[in-house]
Amino acid sequence: MDWNALILFGVLASSLVASAVIFLLAESRHATRTAFNLAAAVLKLVLVVWIIWGVYRNIDYELRFTIIDGVDFILRADALGMMFVGLSSLLWLFTTIYAVGYLENAPNRSRFFGFFSLCVASTVGIALAGNLFTFLLFYELLTLSTYPLVVHRGTRESLRAGQIYLYYTLGGGALLLFGVVALHVLVGDTEFVPGGSLSGLDPSLYPLLVGIFLMMVIGLGVKAALFPLHAWLPMAMVAPAPVSALLHAVAVVKAGAFGIARLVYDVYGIEFAFSLGLLGPLAVAASITILYGSLRALAQDDLKKRLAFSTISQVSYIILGISLFGPVGTVGGLVHLLHQGLMKITLFFCAGNYAETLGVHKISELDGAGHRMPATSVAFTLGAFGMIGIPPMAGFISKWYLGIGALEAGMTWVLGVLIVSSLLNAAYFLPILYRIWFRRRDRVWCEEKVVGRFETPMWLLLPTLATAAAALIAGLLAGMPFSPLYWAELIVSREYLR
Amino acid sequence: VIGLWSVPLLFALPLALGILSLLATPAWRPRTIFVGLPLLATASIGVLAGLVRDGPSVYALGDWLAPLGINLVLDGLAVGMILMTTLVASLCAVYARVYLRDYPAATSFFWPLLWFLWAGMNGIWLAEDIFNLYVGLEVMGLAAVGMVALRATPQALAAAMRYLLAALLGSLAYLLGVALLYVTYGTLSMAGLHEAATANPTTHVALAMIILGLLLKTALFPLHAWLPPAHGGALTPVSALLSALVIKGSFYILLRMWLVLGPEVTPVFTAQLLGVLGAGAVFYGGWMAWRQHQLKQLVAYSTVAQIGYLFLFFPLVTGTGPEAARLAWDGTLMIVISHALAKGALFLSAGNLILAVGSTQISHLVGISRFRPMSLFSFGLAGISLMGLPPSGGFTGKWLLLHSAILSGQWWWLIVLFLGGLLSAAYIFKVFRMSFREGPQIDRSVTPPLTLDVTALILASLAILIGLTAHLPLFWLRLGSVFGAG
Repeated sequence: MDWNALILFGVLASSLVASAVIFLLAESRHATRTAFNLAAAVLKLVLVVWIIWGVYRNIDYELRFTIIDGVDFILRADALGMMFVGLSSLLWLFTTIYAVGYLENAPNRSRFFGFFSLCVASTVGIALAGNLFTFLLFYELLTLSTYPLVVHRGTRESLRAGQIYLYYTLGGGALLLFGVVALHVLVGDTEFVPGGSLSGLDPSLYPLLVGIFLMMVIGLGVKAALFPLHAWLPMAMVAPAPVSALLHAVAVVKAGAFGIARLVYDVYGIEFAFSLGLLGPLAVAASITILYGSLRALAQDDLKKRLAFSTISQVSYIILGISLFGPVGTVGGLVHLLHQGLMKITLFFCAGNYAETLGVHKISELDGAGHRMPATSVAFTLGAFGMIGIPPMAGFISKWYLGIGALEAGMTWVLGVLIVSSLLNAAYFLPILYRIWFRRRDRVWCEEKVVGRFETPMWLLLPTLATAAAALIAGLLAGMPFSPLYWAELIVSREYLR
Repeated sequence: VIGLWSVPLLFALPLALGILSLLATPAWRPRTIFVGLPLLATASIGVLAGLVRDGPSVYALGDWLAPLGINLVLDGLAVGMILMTTLVASLCAVYARVYLRDYPAATSFFWPLLWFLWAGMNGIWLAEDIFNLYVGLEVMGLAAVGMVALRATPQALAAAMRYLLAALLGSLAYLLGVALLYVTYGTLSMAGLHEAATANPTTHVALAMIILGLLLKTALFPLHAWLPPAHGGALTPVSALLSALVIKGSFYILLRMWLVLGPEVTPVFTAQLLGVLGAGAVFYGGWMAWRQHQLKQLVAYSTVAQIGYLFLFFPLVTGTGPEAARLAWDGTLMIVISHALAKGALFLSAGNLILAVGSTQISHLVGISRFRPMSLFSFGLAGISLMGLPPSGGFTGKWLLLHSAILSGQWWWLIVLFLGGLLSAAYIFKVFRMSFREGPQIDRSVTPPLTLDVTALILASLAILIGLTAHLPLFWLRLGSVFGAG
């Protein structure tokens, strides 16, 4: 094993080891656990930055061994994978800090942080997987490691949500498994290569390939919350705020969207997928989800529920971008993978801050929150502006590229979807902002807690401000090297200009 | 040289220890493991080393050649089963030594029975002729019945009696089949039958008797009724031994017979029928497991379901291409081994959970995840393998079977594998759902001794690990079989 493979393994192992150690630590060892957790998160981030630099210079990072004849376990760092790894390791650090503050004095922290680390390890595995088999392995591990987080509170409601979550994800996983095995029978080990590996197959197999694609998109669409496979996501809102943040921004929904990206770019190949006529229906499904999610979000009074429906809508921007045939659309989709993560995690952190500090869960109770918690409210505003797509926030960049990509691909109707959905985004975010900033408080807060010198504990406030700043900077400095946009363009140039 | 000494040791040693422990005082009986476990482990590694170095071979006991002497077969399959037995039974023995301290009456008979059981199983794995297979089957079966009766409650005795009847009836049917074959072909050896057997009514009747007998002993649906009370009601280490290893004994004989008789003799129709029964077992067992209220009954019905997967071997290997058949072989053996590890772990950790809450009811596990995470963790790891989710041996086995089913164009088995996986998820998560529910705030549960948790965890981890390192074990298992490279 060479050094590069070892570093790659280190990225995965840092959270796996953290998980094992946290499970073994006694419940009462809070300080040790926090220190270890943060150290692992920082170490992982350092390794990831190192590899990103290496991938940029075209260095190969690969780790593989044979599991059974014809099936290898492969971890490999490529530009697309490192984008997802970068996002998840950055946000893991922030979410860990946030969770430490959020769960102060809560029971079962050992279990929580153990599965939390395992969940991030699965996400990193999904991102680094070098073939469909390895991808599937971590994809299912993600299901298993998020279940205890969803049911963490142990109430009847959260157990019910966990059960629904399992129905959807295990069912989807079974469909995905079927697709993977079927492809394996057709072409052998399906490694991810830019441009895909299926275009050389006999044309008589094309109908079968379409069927397999459909099955795998359904399997992945469950996690990506594609309409009508989305019902688990709003229910999973009963989980603690850091879990929601992780589920919505990094782990589960992103794993689905990322899987669809892998499927289209690196298994089928975008040109081959286009020639099979797979991209048009995918774009339609994504568009329907975008509009449906936004419409449903309008009707929610529960802040986290509204954010959940907003996620359903926003994640489908990524899938829409993937289904636009042409480099600009691809850039728009991929860059949104990062942008949506930064913005959505900010919004969930803010929702958690309101709930923890003021006891506010409903939008109708948020009147005047901006005066009581200005910093959190500024972060929320930045996130919401990004979601609507107001320049110079990161969300604007995504929508701009998606729009131009749609025109380039000759799908003008997509432009209509983008405009309508931006109006809907505004329609469900601006009233919240109005209440926060311009309404006066006429009664006391539901359950106000006054802690320390600031509006809310630093453990909660700092990650919120950091991710909000990141979402702003990603938009402002989109033209700089190593910005999300820059990296997305690098991926696209490697995909299209082979 | 090690290999030569190892072979007779594998069944002579447990037999000797069984007799010795009967003669010893009860206090000395558990101590036989200090001699037995290291020696059996060495012998098992010895035969593996022999296999890897010299390839598969036939060992003539005492240098007497058949038909006068007894031939023992040392191919990949036999060695694989020996290693599996040594591993699982040793961990169960370590567990039992601690666990049985609370059952002074049971402990004095557990140890002789364990050694006889072990001798019977190793006898089956090694036997080259169908009569010695019968002897092994009887020794193993009677010891197993004795172990079920150890608890000595009325329910346990009733379960043991039922088990005894099933076991005797099963081996009787098998023996009749063997007698028919002997009368027809004048040979008992597998190699001889392979040469001589042809498709004719007598062979088919003999085969039918043998299959029926072995199905009853393997507890394949709908002949499974004896299994849940016997496995679910026994003492925990006994349940683990029976579910993990003993049912594999009769399945192993069927597998060998099927391949020895070859495609000319074994009808495709029978193969499909066995597959259908297997599918019935997967659905019925899974459904019943989900409906149970007692933890160990749930695990026992899970065994009924998992046995079903093994029988998909027959339709996938009969009348299909060589590649599909090889995948079916690999997949089935992967499931045999990972089920042994996972089911052993599942029973042991279920026993720990029962010790912790002091009740066999699943509903009493409310909130246990907070207080006994380690027992639950082992239960979960083993559950992953049984559900066939990655990364685990169960998943790798399922992957191979799926591959084989698609390759041979038998899509209907795919449905069995998918729905079976979802059903097992339903009953495994039933336990988890209960244990994640917020329950009492104060820890009133008992802490099981660390040995009990550690043995369960080792087995469960191995069930996961073997999925990631299946390449080498599967290569060894193929040595000397019709699927081997040579």
